[in-house]
Amino acid sequence: MLIKKPDDIASSEITPEAVYLRRREFMQGAAAMAAMAVAPMAFSAPSPLSHTPVDARAGNPFYTGETQTPFSDASRYNNFYEFGTDKSDPAKYASALTVDPWSIDVEGEVDKPGKYALEDILKSVDIEERVYRLRCVEAWSMVIPWLGFPLSDLIRQWQPTSKAKYIQFETLYRPSEMRGQRSAFSTIDWPYIEGLRMDEAMHPLTLMSVGMYGRELPNQNGAPIRLVVPWKYGFKSVKSIVKIRFTERQPKTSWQGIAPREYGFYANVNPKVDHPRWSQRYERRLPSSLLSPNRIRTQMFNGYEEQVAGLYKGMNLRRYY
Amino acid sequence: MVDVTDRARQLRGKGWDKPLVFVLCLLPLAAVVYGAVLGGLGPDPVKALIVMTGDWAIRALLVVFSVSALRSWLGWSRLLRFRRMLGLFAGFYASLHLLVVATYLFAWDWTIVLEELSERPYIIAGFAAWLLLLPMVVTSNNYSIRRLGRRWRQLHRLIYPVMGLAWLHVVWQVRSSYLEALIYGLLIVVLALPRLRRFQFTR
Repeated sequence: MLIKKPDDIASSEITPEAVYLRRREFMQGAAAMAAMAVAPMAFSAPSPLSHTPVDARAGNPFYTGETQTPFSDASRYNNFYEFGTDKSDPAKYASALTVDPWSIDVEGEVDKPGKYALEDILKSVDIEERVYRLRCVEAWSMVIPWLGFPLSDLIRQWQPTSKAKYIQFETLYRPSEMRGQRSAFSTIDWPYIEGLRMDEAMHPLTLMSVGMYGRELPNQNGAPIRLVVPWKYGFKSVKSIVKIRFTERQPKTSWQGIAPREYGFYANVNPKVDHPRWSQRYERRLPSSLLSPNRIRTQMFNGYEEQVAGLYKGMNLRRYY
Repeated sequence: MVDVTDRARQLRGKGWDKPLVFVLCLLPLAAVVYGAVLGGLGPDPVKALIVMTGDWAIRALLVVFSVSALRSWLGWSRLLRFRRMLGLFAGFYASLHLLVVATYLFAWDWTIVLEELSERPYIIAGFAAWLLLLPMVVTSNNYSIRRLGRRWRQLHRLIYPVMGLAWLHVVWQVRSSYLEALIYGLLIVVLALPRLRRFQFTR
């Protein structure tokens, strides 16, 4: 299903402009199809993203060989509260989002602050494929092939100062296109804020994603650019990013604001520390069915313990949940 | 309002009204079975089934809870004829919900069940609501009504704590939106108003 192009393509040709400019039409068409729930989106004309094929050797943490969640599920069943609280709302309503033009404001403790156009950012990096487990805090999980580049590539370009200890991310706030932001009953104080410690942000597993399943990100999955931190609960992987701020102090995240006892800053996947309202020991790997619910044990750091446990050495993970 | 009471008058004495209500009450079950068998519940059918049965359980509770209020506001005394059936359906959907949760969320693992029942307030509230429904279900027959007499009415006032606990069960699960909990809460309070007034008058 993946559309791969030869490696020798010049980095300046990543996401040809014609494809890039057509993306909105593509997503509107695709979302309309999803809404009608007719043929799988996999058969609509995708705009392929050129990228380096994944190194699929066993034991490569960047590539899990587990069964991948079908694109139709990953793109039609997810949380993106900016478009509504139901799992099917993002796929229904995200076509209203304009993702072009797009830029990211870089602020705070950084030598090269400024407004960076997405196309310039994409010219400066190499897109690669990563197949990661995604564990939602609600105890379901998926396996998703992302396209993206390490966040560390951008951080190095922007040159944070010695005072930069944390990074704060901000999702687009645009109620005219994001109907969930117009809801009077939302618990979230928009815009959606997330954050990482600098060493987490620099970790090679931490990905800035611009695509999945060999094509550009569908709007409902956080187009045009989002974060993917595979060892943390999904809500840390902030979508449709418009602002990145380097800070000395730990940012206050949206979920910490809503329910500090339930959602900590770290939010590392941890089967031993329950959400106050439900157990985190098991997860349903989607798609599941009633006859075989696909209930599996949740792994420490979502199975990335070997790679990331060092970041939290000596920390009480029960306290810093 | 007038033609609705007219309609209720028309229904009086007709033999088909109870079967009709019975079939209507089965529709949510049909939707659940249809989704479960034909796979229309999406990639996380377990979650969908839990939410669906839970939604219908609290809606059925609201329906049976509304009978007294509708009677005192609109004079729909005829609704009393359906109250037993509506109550039993509420008990049925609540039990179905519990069964689905025990099967798919707890996998009938008693250590998990005990842990959930001792640690999670929303589960305690939901389970307590179901427990309090049971004596009402068991005493819903004519024999119990005759046998218990005045105490039968007292026993069936358990519907008030049941509604309160069911609402807590919902509100303690709120994550991203207060809307649903707010609607249910308002409905419960509004439907309880005529009775609160009655309590005042009889004091």
